[in-house]
Amino acid sequence: MKPFPHFNNIMNPCNLAQTIREEDHVAEDSLNSKASAEAFPSEVLLKSLGIPAKLSVRHLNFYYGDKQALFDNNLDIAEHHVTAIIGPSGCGKSTHLRVYNRIYELYRDQRAEGEVWLDHVNVLDPKQDVMELRKKIGMIFQKPTPFPMSVFDNVAYGLKMHYSLSKSELAGRVEEALKRAALWDEVKDVLHRPGTALSGGQQQRLCIARTIVVEPELLLMDEPCSAIDPIGTAKIEELINELKAEYTIVIVTHNMQQAARVSDFTAFFYVGRVVEFGATPQIFTNPANKQTERYITGRFG
Amino acid sequence: MKPRPPAGRRLLDLIVKGWAVMSALLGIGALIWILSGVIGRGIGAINLDFFTQLPTPPGMAGGGLANALLGTIAITVAATLLSVPVGLLSGIYLAEFGQESRVADQSRFAANVLMGMPSIIVGVFAYTLVVLPLGHFSGYAGAVALAILMIPVITRTTEDMLRLVPNTLRESALALGAPRWKVTLSVVFRAAKSGLITGILLAVARVSGETAPLLFTALNSPYWFSSLSGPTPNLTVTIFNYAMSPYDDWQRLAWGASLVITLGVLGFTLLARFVLRTRE
Repeated sequence: MKPFPHFNNIMNPCNLAQTIREEDHVAEDSLNSKASAEAFPSEVLLKSLGIPAKLSVRHLNFYYGDKQALFDNNLDIAEHHVTAIIGPSGCGKSTHLRVYNRIYELYRDQRAEGEVWLDHVNVLDPKQDVMELRKKIGMIFQKPTPFPMSVFDNVAYGLKMHYSLSKSELAGRVEEALKRAALWDEVKDVLHRPGTALSGGQQQRLCIARTIVVEPELLLMDEPCSAIDPIGTAKIEELINELKAEYTIVIVTHNMQQAARVSDFTAFFYVGRVVEFGATPQIFTNPANKQTERYITGRFG
Repeated sequence: MKPRPPAGRRLLDLIVKGWAVMSALLGIGALIWILSGVIGRGIGAINLDFFTQLPTPPGMAGGGLANALLGTIAITVAATLLSVPVGLLSGIYLAEFGQESRVADQSRFAANVLMGMPSIIVGVFAYTLVVLPLGHFSGYAGAVALAILMIPVITRTTEDMLRLVPNTLRESALALGAPRWKVTLSVVFRAAKSGLITGILLAVARVSGETAPLLFTALNSPYWFSSLSGPTPNLTVTIFNYAMSPYDDWQRLAWGASLVITLGVLGFTLLARFVLRTRE
């Protein structure tokens, strides 16, 4: 786990100006035609902290048919940190996340515009191979979705697809992934039973094992605990804390306590816009935006 | 306000209820009548000879329909082999790739129309398609006719069963970097397996009792079944011919054949239900 030496810095009122509201920049953005000349709040903050951005979203618009759901989203995801995306239902959190691995392309009427840079490669470039992309960007969904096959085969599914391994190597990798997902002890005797026979929390950890076994660089979690009981949730949060040493994690959640517990940075979304971005302690104790404050304090959402 | 007495409503309720029960009983009654008739008259014709012997000329005792039984099985198997790949793939297209596109909508409509197509017209179509160019009747022509009847049934059940698979499952597999065809075959098909088998079994049950499409295609034959390339003996056309003949022996054989085909269809339908029930 990386230490986070800059918190004091951010908490210092003198530096609060670093968390710049998106709104303040709208006018400025439209004046600057060149993307390089623009300064985005998340970019400025990460730069000041010296943390590289694993992924940068620029001018992202998203449409469901004729209906626009995301409006000019700009966001940077800090490498080896956990970024939480919060906001009221229907504000576009999940929609935003689903652009990163282009999973929305499953649906004919959904369309994204703009740029999503993953290590200097534009994810949304039509020439970008989605299978390669999705190997690099893993995703955990709201409801656990074990495949209709054994626990072992669930984990081996992606592994067999992306690597050619001997039987023993395969077994070793599967075991390792299940251990890292804190599931091995619970399933080591039922590896050949169907994955659907596990409990909800176990199924979700199985899905995490299945995703991390192919060694993605970025892990997207779309409300991963919303269908899981508190004990299962605690286990998954613990897991997120352990995983961030190796992975960059983005988690969408409507549970604010969860965002506060697991994340280093927080982005607040409201009606399809990134309203505020900042270090998590700052967002939760001293939000710069009125709307963020109202949401955090439970006045709406 | 004066409340309306409930007597009228009670009476109406009783009438509707009675009507519904009567209708249900009528349907079940017809089924029982047919089944008991077929079993009662057909059971006498069933013996070892029925399954092992060729039919005899009228007036000679004994004989069986072994040739027609074999022929029917061969034609049905051939029709299944022809229709399953086409039906499954078109179902996959409609559910996974075409979705709401215009081509998919029109294909779906075409499948529905084909499903309601009178089977005798399909028989005539197969006659023009296969029998005329080849110059003679053949079991292959019969198989083609039956396959055309099976394709829309398999297509629609495949599509329905694939659509029952939640999209989250597809998304999870795609999110691991799987190509679309692999997601369909390794995850979606697995999840829908029992439904797909049921669809195929029901399609087999639907066509194995068909007579009209075979009249112009497979025709019939009193000889041993040897290949599908010539006129092929089969149970349903045999029933048609023998039942209209004036000979008691032949009529008896027709009853026996009716029983065998009815039990066959019943067996497939029960098997389909069984497969669907053991889904979990």
